This record gives sequence, C-alpha cells and structure tokens, in this order.
Amino acid sequence: MSDLDAFRAEVRGWLEANCPAEMREPIREEGDVCWGGRNWVFQNDAQKAWLEACVAKGYTVPDWPKPYGGAGLTPEQTKVFKQEMKRINARSPLDSFGIWMLGPALLQFGTEEQKIQYLNPIARGEIRWCQGYSEPGSGSDLVSLQTFGEDKGDHWVVNGSKIWTSYADKADWIFCLVRTDKANKYQGITFMLFDMASKGVTTKPILLISGNSPFCETFFDDVEVPKTQFIGEINRGWDVAKYLLGHEREMISGGGAGGDMVSIGGAFAKSFGKNAAGELDDPILRAEMAAFDVDVFAYRAMGERFMDMWKTGRAHPASSNMMKYVGTELNKRRHELVMSGGGSEALEWDSEETKGGARARGWLRTKANSIEGGTSEVMLNVIAKRILDLPGA
Amino acid sequence: MPLYHNDDQAMLKDSVAPFVAEQAPVSHLRKLRDSADATGFSRDLWAQFTEMGLPGMLVPEAHGGLGMGHMEAGIVLEEIGRNLTPSPFLSTSVGAVAALAKAGGTQAERWLPAIASGEAIVALAIDEGAKHRPERIATSATRSGNGFRLDGKKSFVLHGHVADMSIVAAKTDGGITLFAVPRDAKGVTADPRRLVDSSLASHVTFDGVEVDADAVIGEVDAGGEILDALLAATRTGAAAEMVGVGQGAMDRTVTYLKERKQFGKLIGEFQGLQHRAAHLYGEMEVARATVMKAQELLDRGSEGAKLMVSVAKAKAGRAANLAVREGVQMHGGIGMTDEYDIGLYMKRDRALAEYMGDVHYHIDQVARMNGY
Repeated sequence: MSDLDAFRAEVRGWLEANCPAEMREPIREEGDVCWGGRNWVFQNDAQKAWLEACVAKGYTVPDWPKPYGGAGLTPEQTKVFKQEMKRINARSPLDSFGIWMLGPALLQFGTEEQKIQYLNPIARGEIRWCQGYSEPGSGSDLVSLQTFGEDKGDHWVVNGSKIWTSYADKADWIFCLVRTDKANKYQGITFMLFDMASKGVTTKPILLISGNSPFCETFFDDVEVPKTQFIGEINRGWDVAKYLLGHEREMISGGGAGGDMVSIGGAFAKSFGKNAAGELDDPILRAEMAAFDVDVFAYRAMGERFMDMWKTGRAHPASSNMMKYVGTELNKRRHELVMSGGGSEALEWDSEETKGGARARGWLRTKANSIEGGTSEVMLNVIAKRILDLPGA
Repeated sequence: MPLYHNDDQAMLKDSVAPFVAEQAPVSHLRKLRDSADATGFSRDLWAQFTEMGLPGMLVPEAHGGLGMGHMEAGIVLEEIGRNLTPSPFLSTSVGAVAALAKAGGTQAERWLPAIASGEAIVALAIDEGAKHRPERIATSATRSGNGFRLDGKKSFVLHGHVADMSIVAAKTDGGITLFAVPRDAKGVTADPRRLVDSSLASHVTFDGVEVDADAVIGEVDAGGEILDALLAATRTGAAAEMVGVGQGAMDRTVTYLKERKQFGKLIGEFQGLQHRAAHLYGEMEVARATVMKAQELLDRGSEGAKLMVSVAKAKAGRAANLAVREGVQMHGGIGMTDEYDIGLYMKRDRALAEYMGDVHYHIDQVARMNGY
C-alpha cells in the first residue's frame, strides 16, 4: 500500500467516524452552509460537532500549515481528502471568505505574526470576513477606487463606500482596498484589515432580482484603522488584490464556477415523462440538455486538470480567468435549462412546494456569476492579453 | 493519475512533435494530394514511424510492442492532427490493436507483432451507411463449412483498399462477431473514394466471402465487447487528433491576428476578434482536458470510460470545429484560398468529426448513458 493509499484509508475511517449523517445530506437552504463567526448560530448539533471535529484535525483548511490551523496536507493528500469528502457527500464544515481569499493572501504576503494572529481564528470559524473591493464607481475598472485613508501618523482615517460586499452585515472583519496615495493609481492602494464593529462602519443590504440580499453597500465614515493592520506594503495593496483576484477565480474555478456538476438530463428524467424508447419526452429539450451535459462532464475534466496543474505550478497564471469564464457561463446555461425543464412550476416565487421559489431565485442569482469577481468580458480581455498575447489588449 | 503529462510522456512528446513537424508537415499532405497519390499515405513515412516504434505503441510487450497507453498514443495523434499528416496510425495502431489485444487468441498472435513491426496496415470496417450506427450492423456472417460466409457492404473504411487485413464487424446468430479478413480474400471488393480532406476511404463489398473459423477475433457472438474496445480507442484517438487539428488551426489564426493590418492596426487589437479568440482558447483547453480524462480512464480500465469517451468525441468535435471555422473567418479572403493551409484544417476536421460517430451521435449517447 502506498503512502497515499494509507492516507486515503485513514481519512476514510476518520470521516466515517466523525462526519454526522445530517452533514452528508445535500445543501437545501442557506443555513445548511456553515459560515462561522462571532454571531453564527449553529443550525443543529450536528453542524457544530462536524465543525469542531474538523477544527481539531485542521480539516477546515486541510492544505494550510499546521501552525496556522491547517492539517499541512500535500496537494496529493488534499486531492485525496476532497475525493473522500465527496465520496460520502460530506458538506464542507466551514465556508468563508477568510478561507478562500484572505487566507491565501496572508499565506503569500503576511508576516509570520499576522499569519498566526489572523489565520487561526479563520480556521476555527471564529472570525467571519468580508471583502471590500468594488465601489459604486469602480466595478470592472477596480483600480479607479476612491475610498481614501488619510495618514494620521499611527493610524489612517478611512472615508468612502464599498458595494457588492458579500454578507457585510454578518461579517466580523473586512479586508479592504483603500486608496492611500491619490497621485499614484496602481501604487497608491493599501490592503487594510479592520473590525466591522469599528466606529463609523455601516452596512445596508441590497435587494437583488432574486428577492434575496446576499450583498451590501458598506459605508466608512471617519473609520480609524491602526497602521499595523495591512498586508504587504503600504501603497502596494494592488499586488495583493491582483493575487487574490486570481485566487478567487481559482476558487470559483475549482469548485463553484460550473455549479452543480451533474447530469441535468439525468435529474430531469425522473420528473419528465419518457417516450417508448425511454427518452425524455421532449426531443428538443432532451437534445439541449444532452449537449449541456457534454459540456458539464468536459468542464469537470477541465477542473481536474486545472487543479492538478495549478497545485504543481504547471498552469498558466492567467488560466483561472478561463476557468471562471467557462464555468460561470456554463452555470447560467444550467439554470436556463432548469427553468425550461420546470415549466410553469418553476415560476412560482414563494410556494412551499417550490421551497420558496428556489429554482426561480437560483436562476436569477446565477446571472451575477459572470459579473462578480470579474465580468466574462474582462476575463476574455485577460485571456487575450496574457495568454494569447494579442496586441494592444 | 494527474491530468498532465508525466516526465516520460513529456519526453515522448518532445521527440514526436519535432519528428512529425519536420518529416510530415502540411506540405507533405499537399505533396501526396497534388501527386494524386493512390495509397493514401506515405509508406516511407510509415517506415520512419516504425523506426521510432510508434506503430506498436499500444501493442503489449509480449507481442513485440511497447505496451504503452492511450495517453501516449494521444500524444502522437495530436501531432498527426496538428500537421494534418496522412497516416494509418489511428486505424492500425490504435483501433485494431485495441480490438486484437482485447480479444487475444490466434488473430492477436498473427497480427499484433506484424503491426508492431510496421509490416501490417489494418482497416476498420464498421460503418455501413453515411452515418455511424454500430448498433445496426447488417453485414451478415453465416456458418459455412468450417468457417463463415460474409455478405454485406461497409463504408468509410479508411485505408480499406490497401490494408493487409480488415476488421469486419458482422451479425451472427447470437450477436456481433468480429472477423479478420485478409486483403486477398475472394469476394472482397474495395472501392476507394477521395474524401474532402484528400484521404482515401473505401466502400467495401463482401460478396460471399468465405473465411475460416479462426478468422474470428475473440469468440463467436461475443464481438460486442471487442467492438466496444475498438470503438472506445478509435473515438478517443480521433478526439486527440481533433485536438491537434483544432490547436494547429488556432495557433495559425492567433499568429495571423498578430501580423495582419487593417485600418492601420493589427487586427488582433480589435476586441471583437480578441474575445472570439479568447473564447476559442477556453473551448480548446476544455476539449484537451476532456480527451486526457478519457485516455486516463481507458488506461485505468475504468467503468466510467465509456461515458467520457463520448463526451471527449463530442467536445473535441465542437471545439475543433469552432477552431477551423473561426480560423477561416479570421483569415478573411486568404482563408478561402487553396494556397493557405487553414482551409486544409477545416477539411480534415470535417472528416474526423464524422469518423466513428459525430457530435450529435455522441451527445445522444451521453443522454442514453445518463438514463434519458
């Protein structure tokens, strides 16, 4: 038995013993996803027990080094761990922007002291982070951001506003891009960290076309931030931001971009009638679903290859942009088909049978996939410039 | 196995890619075409392939081959695709070898060493009409004396007019049986047709062809599984070749976007073209990953291989088709000329797209395998 096989056996045994049955059920509603943080209310004992078991092993962030709350797994072990999680349909014990985004930035740019200080509470699910990037006037053109931190010696005084701050109203801390030099566009931004409970921070949820409000407007009114709370160098926050955007796209690429990566036709075959030949009884919809399935299975292979290459430094640094583009466009297509397949039932907005219009709301939510984290058009610009090396792009 | 080439595979690519590019670039195809070559490929080139051991890549070592896998064969096929090299590699060294190795027995012992040594060219006689429908094989094999009597018509048989042996799928009483039919068998007529990509594919007629019982590949009535192995290998191989065709077309096109000026600008500066080229890049990357996944599953003997093979043939078909269409369009007027190579890519893609099931056939297969 190879070391990796032994590791697989160990993980399998541990998961069997520690992952509660409730945590192997599909995610049905928002509360099923554990975000942690100061104000987190566990949905049930199983969710709490599952988080605690994983925290004890470092399995909330399996590939982070042990001193920072991880399990110190190698890329190969991490892949095995994920495969074993998937095998029993285990839910993620903890989801957070701390794990996906701030963590990788700290690991890359943070001081040893910062890593110890910030990573451990992320790994334990104690502090929930949000991301302050976009501003009302700075979307795709993020570097034009105006939120300003005035230098007051030992601290900054931050004024301005952010938009599309995911779950800002529920977050404990924010990592935030703040202009600290108005004369220098790219080298005039600092990557700051501060407590959302600081005086002068307010949030206002934004009602979306889905009827939900996962995003906020966030306002800073004379917020004092100690001049120790930044990552990288002062005025060089754009380097961190760029790295993080790449990582965000990687994260979206590796996991979520393609959405639910299973056969859509297979899922509909149960509710739809079939003809005598055992085919979905709507030949054109069947054909569209099957063509979509080809793209889903293909993208799944792409995700595997991308992660294999990314983790071993073989991937083009800009290839996460391609993953994000292809995956989000795919997920939008899935939800168009979900709506077509669901017919008039899928239009219901708040009925109990539709779990509160889950399909309609989910469909509308996916329209943001190709906007948030860089629009599809920006992704194509980046591919054209950085991968294809096309002129003047 | 990770979905990238390991060191050995990278070395193989490093030796095969320059070899094919130097010995059989697109000008090699043009030379054969313009001289109205009647063989369909260059035997000199095949001899060079043999010196490198390529015809026997997939042949088990016990039969004189290299015992490699589909991932390795795919490396060769991608270069064949990129250079539009006419070659019997796909039918002989991939499809036929997969069937013979799966079946074992007399025919495997007879033909596998001959393939590995470069002596034998093998054709695959599967299709019977304009579309690939292996579920509806009508060519019949009836018991006759010590063996069988074959009657029927096959089409789209690449290299059928020059192959030393053809693997013929026929209906027997209790199922499908595969036969190894030598070229000189009485009653076999191969009628080669020049295709759009200048390759030669035959309509082959079997008119009361008598073969011995030991011409059966594997067991009588049990050819379904062997045929499946042949189809999986050939489809995956065709998909790998299409990735090469698509990549070759895309590379030429991206280069052209950086050279051609209009309105005082390089046309590659126009966002309208940049976005289309970037989209194509994504499709080609996904197709490549999908083909590698199919190869990996086949090499592992995984049950999931069948689904992924159809996904790969469909996805590579879509991506390569986009690459050649965008290629011709972005080349503008010169893309329509015979002088430029981009049109040859479009032609080869069209032929490969049809071979062993087109995009629509495989999309339908994916639906069936997922229960709808």
